[in-house]
Amino acid sequence: MKIAGAVVLLILLLATLASALAVVHTRQQSRSLFVELSRLGNERDDLNFEFGRLQLEQATWAENNRIEQIARGKLGMVSPGPADTVVIKR
Amino acid sequence: MNPRTKPVATRSRLYVVLGMLGLASSALVVRAVDLQVVRKDFYQEQGDARYLRDLAIPVSRGTIFDRNGEPLAVSTPVDSIWANPPEVLEHADRIPELAKAAGLDEEALKQKLVERSDKEFIYLKRHLNPDDAQAILRLDIPGVASQREFKRYYPSGEVFGHALGYTNIDDRGQEGLELAFDDWLAGKPGVKRVIRDRKGHEVENVELVREAQAGRDLTLSIDRRIQYLAYRELKAALAEHHATSGSMVILDVPTGEILAMVNQPSFNPNARTNVDPSYRRNRAVTDVVEPGSTMKAFTISAALETGKWKIHTPVDTRPGTYTLYGHTISDVHNKGLIDVTGVITYSSNVGAAKIAGSMSRDHMYDVFHRFGFGEVTGSGFPGESPGYLPIPKAWGPVEQATLAYGYGLNATPLQVAQAYAALANDGRLRSPTFVKGAQNPERTVVDPQIAANLRAMLETVIVAPGGGGAVKARVTNYRVAGKTGTARTAVGGGYQKKYSSLFAGMIPASNPRLVGMVVIREPQGAFYGALVAAPVFGRVMDGAVRLLDVPPDNVQNWYAAAPEAARKIEAPRKAPDGTEEMSTIDDGVPQE
Repeated sequence: MKIAGAVVLLILLLATLASALAVVHTRQQSRSLFVELSRLGNERDDLNFEFGRLQLEQATWAENNRIEQIARGKLGMVSPGPADTVVIKR
Repeated sequence: MNPRTKPVATRSRLYVVLGMLGLASSALVVRAVDLQVVRKDFYQEQGDARYLRDLAIPVSRGTIFDRNGEPLAVSTPVDSIWANPPEVLEHADRIPELAKAAGLDEEALKQKLVERSDKEFIYLKRHLNPDDAQAILRLDIPGVASQREFKRYYPSGEVFGHALGYTNIDDRGQEGLELAFDDWLAGKPGVKRVIRDRKGHEVENVELVREAQAGRDLTLSIDRRIQYLAYRELKAALAEHHATSGSMVILDVPTGEILAMVNQPSFNPNARTNVDPSYRRNRAVTDVVEPGSTMKAFTISAALETGKWKIHTPVDTRPGTYTLYGHTISDVHNKGLIDVTGVITYSSNVGAAKIAGSMSRDHMYDVFHRFGFGEVTGSGFPGESPGYLPIPKAWGPVEQATLAYGYGLNATPLQVAQAYAALANDGRLRSPTFVKGAQNPERTVVDPQIAANLRAMLETVIVAPGGGGAVKARVTNYRVAGKTGTARTAVGGGYQKKYSSLFAGMIPASNPRLVGMVVIREPQGAFYGALVAAPVFGRVMDGAVRLLDVPPDNVQNWYAAAPEAARKIEAPRKAPDGTEEMSTIDDGVPQE
């Protein structure tokens, strides 16, 4: 009877200890995962911002007025008149 | 036996000691209860306040795209440098270094820091390029840190200034569509709770109080290419005629979508300091103009609706003037005996006034009102004007006559465009929208047959020899229908000798796809709509139909105008799916 009580007590003690260690481990893990999550989040944001900047740059280069100046001025391009345009059936 | 002077009262001493111990421990218990239970909240709060912080998670504002996915307004991250004044002042020796790096005046910076030394947060410099901000942070000055913020850029600059509007330094919409769709674009900044050490470094994330919700993107109905064309031509027309201001609106007839909306003078939303506030007004929706002769289309619609008038019912406009209660209405030329169509073709004020006189004022008001006059269009643009249409009770016979040719009421260019779009859309009016795919419900405002009759009449304005003379609105190979207008500018209750030139039209006339409305205010020299506003319509539409691949009215016209091209093709090819839709093969840069 006495021995059984001691065994139960020991098991409970070990279980408590194990769960305490598990809590420490999980907590540690959650912290490192959170750090990883924040890092990836930041990376995603940075890539999005970079994309935005590139879009902006592209839009600036593709500005209609600039294109027109270059096409007409530098490259001597002209719009095709009706005589140069063929209407086709699609 | 040791003699004792007195017997020791061991027991009572024990009670005294016990009693004191008891008192002390109950004092401790009382104190503990006081701290842990009674004043727990206060201490918890004070403790948390010393190391827990709620931090905002910044979110970027959504991007605005044109209908083809070209970015029109983009938010990019910038860094704002801030300081904690007491901490910086502790290291006052480093202030010169900081001032130099931030490009600030040393004395001014010191003064600012001392003045705000009771605060914990002041901005030193806002909206820096992230690289420049890093250069300042690398100095590692205590109490100086950066904060992520966003700045809005408008790659199209002046071309979209009025339609888009702009945001303030905190990235909230202030004008235009930025304001109208602020809630949609802005998103909600998140909040996270963190533990910080004494130096302000984040030690641990405790919880996410509110998740950040990034701003949503918005796709407009405006086509950047058509917008640019309209901008370019309007600007050129203003310069040519030394006009004070102008507006142009282009609508897509089947959907009511706004394809272009430009005004002059304009402003650059990227650099809007020292801009005359009047330059920032989106005149196409906030400013009204008397529609002048463009209104005759609706007077005639009302007349046809009564059934008393048919398209060829004769109207006597001799001798070119018409006197009503001492008020003389006159035409530019005496056109003699014409028909109802002729009233539109030759833009006869006398004819319009006589026709109006045969109708009840309630009926005329009803038709004008159905076409959207006197009420906001529902485009949702901030500050949109409803225009002005007097109630029929206020109309005398003279007022009714002048209303017939567009004086005595006013409307925004968008309202006039909307009304013409209803004629173009077989009498069904749809509120214009700035959002791609957001089709507003349409309602029938006039019989489809009347709308078709009006379109035919409006076409005579462009093609008839000696007609309204709007030949300059023509677009090669396309049929155009439209109406010119000239309105005097009303100033302080009277009319000045200043004019606005108008043109409202649609293309292709046989199956209208686009409606355009041009207003040019106070041109010098020539002021007739046919000479000032109509050419802008013609030039912009010439490019727009090409960009949108709008098929010409009929391909025979095309071949007739370009025999060279016709000979190049041997036989029209048929696509595998058998559709016979006509299309131009080129959508390049529009011709001048």
